[in-house]
Amino acid sequence: MPIWNKRCETMGRAEMEQLQLERLQTTVNRAYRNVRFYHRKFAELGVEPEDIKSLDDIRSLPCTTKEDLRDAYPYEMFSVPLREIVRIHSSSGTTGRVTVVGYTKNDLRTWSELVARVISAAGVTKHDVVQITFGYGLFTGGFGLHYGAERVGASVIPVSAGNTERQIQIMQDFRTTALVGTPSYALHIAEVMEEMGVDRESVRLRVGLFGGEPSSERMRREIEQRLGILATDNYGLSEVMGPGVSGECEHKCGLHVNEDHFLVEVVDPETLDPVPAGAQGELMVTTLTKEGMPLLRYRTRDLTSLTAERCVCGRMNTRMRKVSGRTDDMLIVRGVNVFPSEIEAILFETEGVEPHYQIIVEREGALDQLTILVEVSREIATDRMSRLVELENKIKARMHSVIGITPKLKLVEPKTLERGHGKATRVVDKRSL
Amino acid sequence: MLRLTSVVACYGGITALRGVSLHVDDGEIVTLIGANGAGKTTLLDTVSGLITPRSGTIHFLGGMINGVAPEKLVKAGMSHVPQGRQLFPDMTVYENLVLGAYQQSRRSKRLHLQGDLERVYATFPVLRERTTQMAGTLSGGEQQMLAIGRALMSRPRLLLLDEPSMGLAPLLVKEIFKVITSLHKQGTTVLLVEQNAKAALAIAQRGYVLETGGIVLEGTAHELMRNPAVQRAYLGKGYRSLIES
Repeated sequence: MPIWNKRCETMGRAEMEQLQLERLQTTVNRAYRNVRFYHRKFAELGVEPEDIKSLDDIRSLPCTTKEDLRDAYPYEMFSVPLREIVRIHSSSGTTGRVTVVGYTKNDLRTWSELVARVISAAGVTKHDVVQITFGYGLFTGGFGLHYGAERVGASVIPVSAGNTERQIQIMQDFRTTALVGTPSYALHIAEVMEEMGVDRESVRLRVGLFGGEPSSERMRREIEQRLGILATDNYGLSEVMGPGVSGECEHKCGLHVNEDHFLVEVVDPETLDPVPAGAQGELMVTTLTKEGMPLLRYRTRDLTSLTAERCVCGRMNTRMRKVSGRTDDMLIVRGVNVFPSEIEAILFETEGVEPHYQIIVEREGALDQLTILVEVSREIATDRMSRLVELENKIKARMHSVIGITPKLKLVEPKTLERGHGKATRVVDKRSL
Repeated sequence: MLRLTSVVACYGGITALRGVSLHVDDGEIVTLIGANGAGKTTLLDTVSGLITPRSGTIHFLGGMINGVAPEKLVKAGMSHVPQGRQLFPDMTVYENLVLGAYQQSRRSKRLHLQGDLERVYATFPVLRERTTQMAGTLSGGEQQMLAIGRALMSRPRLLLLDEPSMGLAPLLVKEIFKVITSLHKQGTTVLLVEQNAKAALAIAQRGYVLETGGIVLEGTAHELMRNPAVQRAYLGKGYRSLIES
């Protein structure tokens, strides 16, 4: 597949690190001089911009959290006057108050360029028809992918989110070849297509670019099989820009990070110390070229790991593993740390289970109760009772050995759980803490 | 070709560079723009060995050159055209040019001097006409050409230019920049320090903006030219809106 920016994506290590250091120092200088929050943070920590002499010195810099951004609502984190900001987005606000991001003209150009790289890595070219099912609006997903796809020269259909039957109609009529959206919505589309009895031959879809929520390999395989496409994963978050931070090539062996624009670290979420190479931890992102709103060491809460191994595609940049979960998704149930991603992995590797589930945490008296609702395949749902019981016991035993507690399990009929049109609601915490 | 990593340097007891990193690739024109006192001249002086950095490293053609004497750097292929030309006013144009080949061996001079002179005269025909004239009697533009010509006598791979447009009439600035472009086309890599950001960004591929000893912006010349902060501070655009706010 073509490499969009050969020079930047295949740059040697020494050259890349020099560029990163130059840009890190530049960003630090601007953040320190123009953003009151950082000026104060530096003073509190007794750090000066000139203390950053190497990339490793980034560890002496303050972290930035979602909370910090909320406190800066709406414009306090901007490092340029508002008249130089030409676009404003805000985080999807799945949890709590929203955060605001501003882009300068240069930022928007950079954004399109980086998304163009991600899109090209997935194999999308000017010959493709790209259907975008991300919401347009304050959320960065729609616009981010939109301008990147246009930059590549593809024909972009900005359908936006929702109205699945119409999406499918457009997909057939407009001969869509590339689908952009969340993985859970892609699965939903697949389901509705099966329900509507859409002939696979009438759909030209060949590749999908999915992001916006953590997902598993099993989910990917499911999408690939049911839609008959190559499903690639891409990553970004509105706070640091939006989509375009990293994306998979056709080899699907981790997401190539656009390191000339983002410095990534993986740390232990508790101690903030760097984890050993290749180990899982929380991803922290420092913007290297953002003008409107530079962020230093932004805590993404996303769990991943990094590898510097060469990819066969020829790109030389660091890759991050598909994000498997979030540190703030972590549930503490009866004192045990439970990651929904672990539960998902168990469900998805079990035969006879559909990729739709919901985790409910409640408090019964003084005791936390973990309940998992999961859809089973039509075949099993209509089979003998004993098979259901067998399946239930099997999952429970797996759960006990992997996560350490035995949840209540409810096997439900296919298509009974609510489907999200954007990000899926997988976890419902009913405890009032 | 040239790589600075976190260079700290002092000038007259004041820390003029506070951890500057930048690089110039083979075949590029890179410009460093900034206001008076930002540290631009200190940076060039540090690169060419006139000032030894307090900390940080400077690499030239793959080797570290911290503390390497200026004449050795000239031999290695670096030439510095200092601010204010720094000619010898009571020597002739010819003598000033020959001084540019000062570090070459007698043998090399015998072999190359004439050719080098011819190249400089070809680049700056006016210097040929003034060969026997005292440098101090030349016009400002001619002096700048002589200063560049002298630097070219050592056949540099990297040319450091410190404010070549200073004190020159717009027409002469244009001519000097034309010469820089043609030298670049002939294969010379250029690090150009300028206050005339507009002219510098017009011929450079990339640029850095230096402010009180630290780099605050970097990017392609194109990006910098479109950057509102650069336009306001260095290109003289939009000053009205600054006053309004």
